[in-house]
Amino acid sequence: MGHSVENSTERQKPQTKELWKVFWILLAITAVEFIIAFQISSDNNFGKWLKISLFILLTFVKSFYIVGNFMHLRHEVKSMIWTIVIPVVFVVWLLAALVYFEGGYIGEVR
Amino acid sequence: MAVANAPANPDHLTWQGGTQPMKVGYGKLMMWIFLLSDTFTFSALLISYGLVRFSFPTFKDVLPDMTYKTFELSQQYWPIPEKVFEAVPFLHGMSLPLVFVGLMTFILIFSSVTMVLAVEAGHRKDKADVEKWMLWTILGGFMFLGSQAWEWAHFIHGSEDGLTLANGAKVFGANLVQNEYGPAAFADFFFFITGFHGTHVLSGVVLNIMIFYNATNGVYERRGHYEMVEKVGLYWHFVDLVWVFVFTFFYLV
Repeated sequence: MGHSVENSTERQKPQTKELWKVFWILLAITAVEFIIAFQISSDNNFGKWLKISLFILLTFVKSFYIVGNFMHLRHEVKSMIWTIVIPVVFVVWLLAALVYFEGGYIGEVR
Repeated sequence: MAVANAPANPDHLTWQGGTQPMKVGYGKLMMWIFLLSDTFTFSALLISYGLVRFSFPTFKDVLPDMTYKTFELSQQYWPIPEKVFEAVPFLHGMSLPLVFVGLMTFILIFSSVTMVLAVEAGHRKDKADVEKWMLWTILGGFMFLGSQAWEWAHFIHGSEDGLTLANGAKVFGANLVQNEYGPAAFADFFFFITGFHGTHVLSGVVLNIMIFYNATNGVYERRGHYEMVEKVGLYWHFVDLVWVFVFTFFYLV
């Protein structure tokens, strides 16, 4: 982080290898999602929920790479990382709790 | 703000009260906080989508013998996305489930990479590279918006045969009251969620154009840093991130 750049006329070499790697990872995960979408049958309950869990898992893997590498959150100071991550964790917690404890009711009231 | 003696911190990292908290500039921190609030908005939208979706019967509840292969659209139950989104421009009449939306995902991820390359070029204070990658990002943004416009147009106009209701009436395409794909709520959520995301993409493209304009005119070169590229980059990556979630919950699940 502490690399101060002098105003030299000489162009610096781009450091982009890591970024392109993340791009290929994201693309590969999306390809895997497509394969899952068409290869695992949803006709039985097991396949259906396996698919949904895999999709959600892979989505979080993708968002980890986007937020961590593209948005540089991994390289920020710890307090910055937690400032962003903790509220999001609360949202996920809220969602999980809602689905688990209250999810059944919506079927009854409709 | 500018101090004559060389300050320990670069100017954009110095707040009025002194050193910046969390070692980020004011604008960048506020962009993060804004994106956090936007996360709540999109979470609320996707959570309500999930809740409403699972409160409707699936086709298995209505017609136990139907499978994913023999699935047919009806307003009685929630549709499965691969039977709704299967059209691709210039390939009329072919069933290519999720191919077009996969292409849109690719475009957005790619434009995210070009954006991060622009940010990287900004760290090197390489004006020419910033301009080049910002242009690619803007192009990607326009391509995505164009694709979404086509997707919407196709969704609204619907298929040639439409959907025949029990009373013999036909429904073509979609509006807010009824649609040929499923319950009214399905199209309503489609319009609202993808529309809200598309509005974000549009604002992102406008911001990117402003940054490109400023970079080209040497505003950031004179300022001595390219932090504005970083801030708008954060926003652009966030738009990509939201699409990853919309893609999963609207098109895959």
